[in-house]
Amino acid sequence: MRQDTQIGGSSSKFPATQWSAIRAARSNDATERTRALETIIASYWKPIYKYIRIRWGKTGEDAKDLTQEFFARLIESKYLDDFDPSKARLRTFLRICTDHFVANEAKAAKRLKRGGRAVHISLDFPLAESELTRANVTLTAAASPERIDEFLEKEFLRSLFGVAVEELRMFCQSRGKETHFRLFEIYDLGDDGPQRPSYADLGAQFKIAITDVTNYLAFARREFRRIALEKLREMTTSEDEYRREARALLGVDLS
Amino acid sequence: MSWLSDETVSRLQAAGALPDFEGTRYRVMDRVGSGGMGVVYLAEDSILGRRVALKALDFPDASGELAARLLREAHILARLEHPGIVPVHDAGTLADGRVFYAMKFVEGRRLDRLDAQKDSLFDRLRIFQRICDTVAFAHARGILHRDLKPSNVMVGSFGEVLVMDWGVAKILPSSLERPSERAPVGNVSPPNDSPTAAPSETAHGEVLGTVGYMSPEQARGEIASLDTRSDIFSLGAVLQYLLTNLPGSPPRPLSAIARKAMQSDRDSRYASAICLGQDIGSYLDGLPVSAYPENIFRKMARWASRYRVAIVLVLTYLVARALLLLWFRR
Repeated sequence: MRQDTQIGGSSSKFPATQWSAIRAARSNDATERTRALETIIASYWKPIYKYIRIRWGKTGEDAKDLTQEFFARLIESKYLDDFDPSKARLRTFLRICTDHFVANEAKAAKRLKRGGRAVHISLDFPLAESELTRANVTLTAAASPERIDEFLEKEFLRSLFGVAVEELRMFCQSRGKETHFRLFEIYDLGDDGPQRPSYADLGAQFKIAITDVTNYLAFARREFRRIALEKLREMTTSEDEYRREARALLGVDLS
Repeated sequence: MSWLSDETVSRLQAAGALPDFEGTRYRVMDRVGSGGMGVVYLAEDSILGRRVALKALDFPDASGELAARLLREAHILARLEHPGIVPVHDAGTLADGRVFYAMKFVEGRRLDRLDAQKDSLFDRLRIFQRICDTVAFAHARGILHRDLKPSNVMVGSFGEVLVMDWGVAKILPSSLERPSERAPVGNVSPPNDSPTAAPSETAHGEVLGTVGYMSPEQARGEIASLDTRSDIFSLGAVLQYLLTNLPGSPPRPLSAIARKAMQSDRDSRYASAICLGQDIGSYLDGLPVSAYPENIFRKMARWASRYRVAIVLVLTYLVARALLLLWFRR
């Protein structure tokens, strides 16, 4: 039976401040397990896809098949049961798994040809490919062993923030705070460089006072931070690990 | 899902690390700088509708040492009311556990970003005199700055000169108040200034300051025996910095002043920041400076330089008179 897994399902059904996707992914409860894997895949599929493209020099089509297959196997084969948070971070573990997996690419390709997997994951590969193009990544430079970890780290952060931005958008919409998000989108997400509008420009554009611009942006940033930290917490298994990651990725120390 | 460029990711990282000022009267507008233990933000005071600078720890400090030090800096600034020291408005602890304080937002430039073309020697020496005045005031209140350097001096848009970053300042034992005399600030207790208090005071052997500007005794970590002459050394280093990037070599009396302030033997330095400032004033007024002994020729040269206008007028008068006499004798 073919099972479709849509990435990006709401994780708000779980108590975000306590819930760990890594722990839940090893649960015997199938629903809990599926939700957890969705959360992990949502944050990691793009970094892994780009990693395969760059580190392994695969074409877009091959990288797409390999990424699909890798995550399908992650769901089916309980890869994560072997993950020990005390020995490595999740992204390091996934990178090693990816390397093993791609090294055995031929076998995987045969299996795919034999009839495909029961699990199919909906991933927006054209988007990931366009991101690679827009980032203007020098494939050979990023593939060097010294830079690959740095690359993966940055891609994970980009992916985490992307997920958090989308959740912030939905959060603001659900509360009638579209202007808050629009301001955040223009001022903090925009790539205007020196042309970045001032608070006064934004106030004039949205017909609100400069103090409101300040307040709305403060609200959006605070909520973004909260959501990003929630997402990060979901990717860790302990308070210690969560704090370490928050410090390393966001520069936030949570005492 | 929107594309996040590297620049956007960095900006979001910075937004994620922002202190949480929710529940306070301040709305953060921008990050304007960072120091050894904290980050400075431009913010709006929503009650008074004015811009302020907020200094907060980079992160909640589990050990409490940095929090105590930041708070101590706020207390030091609060007791130093002087035009050359930025006034503190408020202090407290944020919901995320970070200690912060609010101060006047100073617009201007740092002294380490001098414009070699625009800033004349006269301007530089006037700025230096103001620094000496401020440091002398702090010394009179029993406080050593311990990290005087060009990047810790701001020159405001209207010519004001402010000595910043009192984070590693030392309160001299003789000036300590009894703790009971100080009331708590908001939900934060006043820091313990006792010389034996580890969190807020530096321990003997610990080196705080900036290489190139700290005195030899400070570099050796002789914290307990530091006195105002350590700041005099740093002032000398600041003066030396101000004398660089000038057209031509610096005037000898000024180099001698810097040398005297930076003597390894602290007994050989200026006795106070006032004396140092006075020597600079003497130079500007064309008077002898204590650091530069003069022989008769140097004294005459300085005298000629000081009264050059009068000398030129008198000489012009005498030459004109002589010419007239010659003219009428024909």
